Amino acid sequence: MNERVQVGLESVPRLGPHMRLRHDKARGQWTIQAPERSFVLDQTAHAIVSRCDGKVALGTMIDDLCAAFPGAPRDVIEKDVLALVQNFVDKGVMQA
Amino acid sequence: MSAVEPPLALLAEVTHRCPLQCPYCSNPLALERPANEMATADWLRAIAEAAELGCLQVHFSGGEPTARRDLEQLVAGATAAGLYTNLITSGVGWDARRLTALIEAGLEHVQLSFQDSGADIGERIGGYQGAHAKKLAAAKTVREAGLPLTANFVVHRQNLHHLPEMLDMAVTLGAHRAEIANVQYYGWALKNRAALMPSRAQLDEMTAAVAEARKRLEGILVIDYVVPDYYARRPKSCMGGWGRRFLNISPSGRVLPCHAAESIEGMAFDNVRQRSLVDIWRGSEAFNRFRGTAWMPEPCRSCDRKEIDWGGCRCQAFAITGDAARTDPACGLSDDHARLVDVAVTEADAGADGFIYRRYGAG
Ligand code: SF4
Ligand code: SF4
Repeated sequence: MNERVQVGLESVPRLGPHMRLRHDKARGQWTIQAPERSFVLDQTAHAIVSRCDGKVALGTMIDDLCAAFPGAPRDVIEKDVLALVQNFVDKGVMQA
Repeated sequence: MSAVEPPLALLAEVTHRCPLQCPYCSNPLALERPANEMATADWLRAIAEAAELGCLQVHFSGGEPTARRDLEQLVAGATAAGLYTNLITSGVGWDARRLTALIEAGLEHVQLSFQDSGADIGERIGGYQGAHAKKLAAAKTVREAGLPLTANFVVHRQNLHHLPEMLDMAVTLGAHRAEIANVQYYGWALKNRAALMPSRAQLDEMTAAVAEARKRLEGILVIDYVVPDYYARRPKSCMGGWGRRFLNISPSGRVLPCHAAESIEGMAFDNVRQRSLVDIWRGSEAFNRFRGTAWMPEPCRSCDRKEIDWGGCRCQAFAITGDAARTDPACGLSDDHARLVDVAVTEADAGADGFIYRRYGAG
């Protein structure tokens, strides 16, 4: 665990142990509850995080997201997904 | 004022009992006696009300929270209410069996405090011989149980030079986060300020070391750094603003906007045994007293940072000026700022290292 993990299209990410995807009723938004942290997920982030189940590689997930959001260009989706997952992996919220 | 926003987290200070005696402890000088601690059922109701109010997390703190035999029940209650649970502990007084029971009850994270990177200074600060080895064992237990770990280091003049060792130690222990917190000077810490206050040069060195480590340890260790107010130009946003994000319940059930709020003389705080948490959060005099910006004096009133730092810390304003409604003296725009910095520099230079230990009756 003492080396930074680089996220790529072959990565198969999932939430780390004890990181919880939770709906925040009081404020009507999705969040990840993490140690002494709460990350608010907008619609895009929620679409990505909720697909990170430890089974799907990011390349496949991006195909799926392109189908779900036909308005968005593939390169934009790919960039968003890789950046978001890398950021959560760096923070220890996700594993890949 | 617009509708009161719901809080994000509850700090449940379940007891003031603790085997350690840190001279900067954030507990009040008048420590709550065990006999006055709230019963299990009252805590369970308060925790459920916090969830209903909109809290997402509960931090079990103290004192040493594991000193309460019913902590498992409280964690289970919080988990059932949908709260994310965190244990803030000294690592002294519990073992792998206790941790297993807490995890079975739903515990998600442990924040473990260290007084230094080594036993020598660390045990002198905590006033407990043998604590360091117990803490190392506790960290191992947490990681072996698969729980995320945060290593907390409170830093000050007597241990700041060990900052690089502290961060290395956090990595070695398998911590995901290190929290480097400069002492906040009220209560016990204010009594011990002369023994704790770092010098400007020490702080500059530390800030550079943190910046370097953050780069080097990206993706390995998240480093949270609480800067020391006295040498800052603007105050930090204390608790994210009075009555905006957090609430704290004392061992006997008093509901506070911040764990140090009882240091402000003349304020009265409602007790959750007598009034519901929802009612206290929205309607109590104490929570509304410094909520928002309407209470602010100048220079805050016409400052463009007033909704960023909310005028800084009320407890610090009271501790330094005797008036909780003044601008935080940590702010460079405050009339009290120059005096505050003078005191800090004088005390840091004098270098008196003796402590008044946190004990029942010593405050
Ligand atoms: S700061 Fe030290 S004395 Fe105070 S509760 Fe924490 S471990 Fe105990
Ligand atoms: S004057 Fe008040 S609002 Fe402005 S920076 Fe200072 S403390 Fe914050």
